[in-house]
Amino acid sequence: MMANPLRAEVVRLYKNLLYLGREYPKGGDYFRDRLKAAFTKNKSVQDPEQIKAMIARGEYVARELEALYYLRKYRALKKRYYEE
Amino acid sequence: MSGRVLVGVKRVIDYAVKIRVKPDNSAVVTDGVKHSMNPFCEIAVEEAVKLKEKKLVKEVVAVSCGPQQSQETIRTALAMGADRGIHVEVSGKDYESLGPLQVSKIMAALAKKEEAQFIILGKQAIDDDCNQTGQMTAALLDWPQGTFASEVSLEGDKVMVVREIDGGLETIRINTPAVLTADLRLNTPRYATLPNIMKAKKKKIANVKPADLGVDLTSRLEVLRVEEPPQRQAGMKVETVEDLVAKLRDAGKV
Repeated sequence: MMANPLRAEVVRLYKNLLYLGREYPKGGDYFRDRLKAAFTKNKSVQDPEQIKAMIARGEYVARELEALYYLRKYRALKKRYYEE
Repeated sequence: MSGRVLVGVKRVIDYAVKIRVKPDNSAVVTDGVKHSMNPFCEIAVEEAVKLKEKKLVKEVVAVSCGPQQSQETIRTALAMGADRGIHVEVSGKDYESLGPLQVSKIMAALAKKEEAQFIILGKQAIDDDCNQTGQMTAALLDWPQGTFASEVSLEGDKVMVVREIDGGLETIRINTPAVLTADLRLNTPRYATLPNIMKAKKKKIANVKPADLGVDLTSRLEVLRVEEPPQRQAGMKVETVEDLVAKLRDAGKV
């Protein structure tokens, strides 16, 4: 098997998403299954440009998750402490 | 000007957890319950880190008072960008009775020891909802205070604080050193990402005992009883307007 120079980056992205997924509203297991499926589906992709595009997409998902968690917390606090 | 900011971070039961009261009504159940950093403290850490990124301060020090597990909360603050941590170890009986007054004594002692320029705290913790620590710390140090901050900007050796007050905003300009407490709208705290948590493991956390700071932790408060809020009554459906009016009359609402 040939070691792809982007391999480390893909692994890092996977770990980061796995970590973020632990707080997913539907549960960490639900998220992990889908995360794994998404990565496995594209495991045979070789074209570096394509891999880079996929990493960018993964990073976008990570940012969306962070935003989701922030909003969830913000809304909970706003509901608890601020009447409007 | 030391350019040093002390940020208080409290380890509390996670905001999403359903709180349960112990059967003997002495306290709430904390064993085996997910804990995390108090959300208002996250906002305080973010503000301190932002000041540092704008090069307005030099060092951000995260402080937490509590048992061994409080170090996890300090780690989170370090992952968000604080430079180092101070863990004030309080456990057992002392931790159970640890309140705003005791914490503010510790914060005041640390502020003197570290020659801090700012103390930034969350306006309140979501577990005891006291909203006192910032005010008491300012009083003990005889420093000006900018509480419920929704905007903070430095102007030379003064600081401008926009405060959230009933029915509007109040803008004040205070001298430094000062105590600031963060309100919900001050900023959007960043997420402590996995790589940053890993990097934070290399940062130092100093261990301090309250006695080293010359702080007496005796509490003058006694908790008599902790109770759950009353259960919400179930609603009901009515067929007609007459039914509704009759039901309201029975309930004495009209």
